[in-house]
Amino acid sequence: MSFINYASREINCKIVYYGPGLCGKTTNLQYIYNKTAEGSKGKMISLATETERTLFFDFLPLALGEIRGFKTRFHLYTVPGQVFYDASRKLILKGVDGVVYVADSQEERFDANIESLENLRDNLEEQGFDIEKIPFVIQYNKRDLPNACDLEELSKVLNPRKVPEFEACAPTGEGVFETLKAVAKLVLNDLKKGG
Amino acid sequence: MLSSQSSLVMYDEEYQKIMALIERLLRESNAKVIFLVDKDGQLIAATGETENLDTTSLASLTAGNIAATGGLAKLIGEKEFSILFHEGEKDNIHLSIVGGRVILVVIFDQRSSLGLVRLRVKKASNELAVILEDLVRKAQDQHSEFQASPFAEITDDDIDNLFN
Repeated sequence: MSFINYASREINCKIVYYGPGLCGKTTNLQYIYNKTAEGSKGKMISLATETERTLFFDFLPLALGEIRGFKTRFHLYTVPGQVFYDASRKLILKGVDGVVYVADSQEERFDANIESLENLRDNLEEQGFDIEKIPFVIQYNKRDLPNACDLEELSKVLNPRKVPEFEACAPTGEGVFETLKAVAKLVLNDLKKGG
Repeated sequence: MLSSQSSLVMYDEEYQKIMALIERLLRESNAKVIFLVDKDGQLIAATGETENLDTTSLASLTAGNIAATGGLAKLIGEKEFSILFHEGEKDNIHLSIVGGRVILVVIFDQRSSLGLVRLRVKKASNELAVILEDLVRKAQDQHSEFQASPFAEITDDDIDNLFN
């Protein structure tokens, strides 16, 4: 959960990007990293295989500026998307403050999206979180591809709760910051409630 | 024991106590750097030769390391491995879990030894656990007053301004 440091007047929050393998979680972080001013970001760490598939996690610390005299810092993490890395995914969800679910819009990944979302629900539950209550947003990535599913159909299946949802194309950055902003907003609002 | 679900809150008084304690540990163990990291990967305090170190990354990877090792422990029927040690050519890292939620990280070289570090860490851990318990109690006591904290006043505009 968030870390409120009155000594250094800082709020630290943890946001996790979740989703099926190759849906673009790492690409989201890379875009954010590339577009953020030097002073506002730390080093991006990728624990990946030689073929650049995420093995454990990617990590990107961001400083967003001050809010009521407190520096706000967000730690962005991705999970490894491939089904068999479930043990690692559970670990990364520890202490999460907000979740971005990145869906792969391609038709052939429809089932993989559902499976990964179910997996997120189960793993959150195991950590004592309720997917219905935790700050949560959905990003439909790869909207630019010709084989992308109908948006309404995706939303109906993946977002019955109607959490904030965004269309995105992570390599060009479309929707990337909108998604981050939405989840950060929910996390800070949660903090306001004393969560 | 610190709950894993509650926000970690740090106050100036406890921060000063923690800093004094890890600075003493640094001297007594002849270490290069000492960190205190939350199990979720947040850096709590650091002392020693930290100028050329990426402390944020170190904190995150330390937490990942402890989490992965904890997963291994559970697979073989252990609750957790409370101490980890990584040996390098010059520098070594000693990690230990304090109070169930916080990780004490000691980086040392040939000026010290594993035995000395273990001895000093054990003693400091007990004191640290007491400070952390006080911290949790204080945070709980003040929780009821939380509505009066600066965060209760956060507006949508404040949040929007962060992104402009």
